[in-house]
Amino acid sequence: MALEVIARAGSPIALDAAFRVGHGELLALLGHSGSGKTTLLRTIAGLWRPEQARVTVDGTAWLDTAGRVDLPAHRRRVGIVFQNYALFPHMTAAQNVMAAMPAPDPTEAARILDLVNLHGLAERRPAQLSGGQQQRVALARALARRPQVLLLDEPFSAVDRATREKLHGEIIALRAHLQMPVVLVTHDVNEAQLLADRVAVIERGRIIREGTTAEVMADAEALRAMGIRELAAMLPATVVEHLPDGLTRLDAPTGPLFLPGVNSEPGTRLRVRIMAHDVILSRARPEGLSAQNILAGRVAKIVPGAGPGVVVHLAIGKHEILARITRRAADQLDLKPGETAHAIVKSMSVARDHVAPRRPR
Amino acid sequence: MDWTALNLSLQLAVWTVVILLPVSVVMGRFLAFRQFRGKPLVEALVMLPLVLPPTVLGFYLLVTLGRNSPIGQWWHGVFDSQLVFSFQGLVVASILFNLPFAIQPAQRGFQAIPAELREAAACCGMSPWRSLWKVELPLAWPGVVTAMVLTFAHTLGEFGIVLMVGGSIPGETRTIAIAIYDRVQAFDTASAATMSAVLVAISLFTIAVTFALSARVGRRLG
Repeated sequence: MALEVIARAGSPIALDAAFRVGHGELLALLGHSGSGKTTLLRTIAGLWRPEQARVTVDGTAWLDTAGRVDLPAHRRRVGIVFQNYALFPHMTAAQNVMAAMPAPDPTEAARILDLVNLHGLAERRPAQLSGGQQQRVALARALARRPQVLLLDEPFSAVDRATREKLHGEIIALRAHLQMPVVLVTHDVNEAQLLADRVAVIERGRIIREGTTAEVMADAEALRAMGIRELAAMLPATVVEHLPDGLTRLDAPTGPLFLPGVNSEPGTRLRVRIMAHDVILSRARPEGLSAQNILAGRVAKIVPGAGPGVVVHLAIGKHEILARITRRAADQLDLKPGETAHAIVKSMSVARDHVAPRRPR
Repeated sequence: MDWTALNLSLQLAVWTVVILLPVSVVMGRFLAFRQFRGKPLVEALVMLPLVLPPTVLGFYLLVTLGRNSPIGQWWHGVFDSQLVFSFQGLVVASILFNLPFAIQPAQRGFQAIPAELREAAACCGMSPWRSLWKVELPLAWPGVVTAMVLTFAHTLGEFGIVLMVGGSIPGETRTIAIAIYDRVQAFDTASAATMSAVLVAISLFTIAVTFALSARVGRRLG
């Protein structure tokens, strides 16, 4: 059930992909521009028709080229946030939201605008709103239709970094209210890792790897297409206290973590992304180091790369830290599966936008 | 000053605008959004009256609408009058002659709407009809209004084709442009000057008002 998509086409873009997204689940279609991910989104919305395709939502076919079913876009109940928002410039924020309702209801429009933190801006036109505010209107408009499927096409790419961080947090909080399948198209590995439950990596119209976010993000082979420097582990953590020196102490299953001032209240549950190339390994517990985070674990596996590097998976409890080090270093340390090692993570190497709230349960 | 002629010209202009308004929207939108084989030919046909001498168009109209033509005979059978050298004939001629002015600016207006906005309208659940009223027309209307103003002003100034198809029958086909010509032929320079000045004033006023309006819309949506 939920959303199921099969699409094959030869032109104008080669496409051969199949995936499904469950209720309340967020699937990230991750790939470079030109990989076909937006085309897949447009296929779901009814804005493009591949030569062979089937799109079913809760068992009902929206598109079935074999069975000659092809609902026009306006009869598919989708909510879509376009990359450049595509807000109606002649309408206010509230009118934009009401434009997507079968029967315009100002009270409901106000409620949805509140939901995306746009209280008090209902009467502004798009030209009078900032990029982040426009993005929120676009999201409100997409939700106003009570969509059976929510589609997000690179929705955070047109705003600055600080706004993007904020919007990421808002989307995560908003997901508690969303029951429908959500498909996010992005080329940003960090974004996929922070927001998605599952990830499908797309290259030249094909899904080369699909799985839970943790699985895909720990798979160096899958991430090679996106750039191996994007390889990172994701740790759950809870804010404990803000220290007077500007650091924040978090509690993670791997032990305490010290990060540069995190903008969240103590008790907030976060996800922290730790880049594999920022992690240093040591056999003995190091002393006299400036690094604040030293995590002891056991080597789970060592995956050789194509070049001089290897990826070491260090198991700490049921979580893993990934370290990208040289093959030479792995040999010198005589690292083997089952042996103990320490991962060293500089506080300052964790970027602000690699810390995001966790989805409320 | 020939008030009958001015009145006739204004009536002709209003009828032309009223009939061409839906044509402008439908054809402008069609040519803006649809790709089909033979589109360049259709666009060329629409533009043809702009480059042809009015006498050529007038000649063909006389042939196709005349008393001995199938259309002329059908008209005579139904209305018991002839189409050429009548006000109705002038309206037909005026509509054909104004096609480029009525369609081109509207087409530009529709073309200026980003494809993504129309897609967004569809993804908001709007049928093509609702999308036209709620999204396309509100955004393309400066183009449509420009088309109608050009059509109106251009009809007031029509000369060659009116003379060919309508002649110069007072109260029936003698428009203000023809009346000016008549007055000049009769060495009545004073009347010709007054009427010319009135025509300049009306045309200038209409066009200036349109520009002012569209500038305001541009500021509002900018």
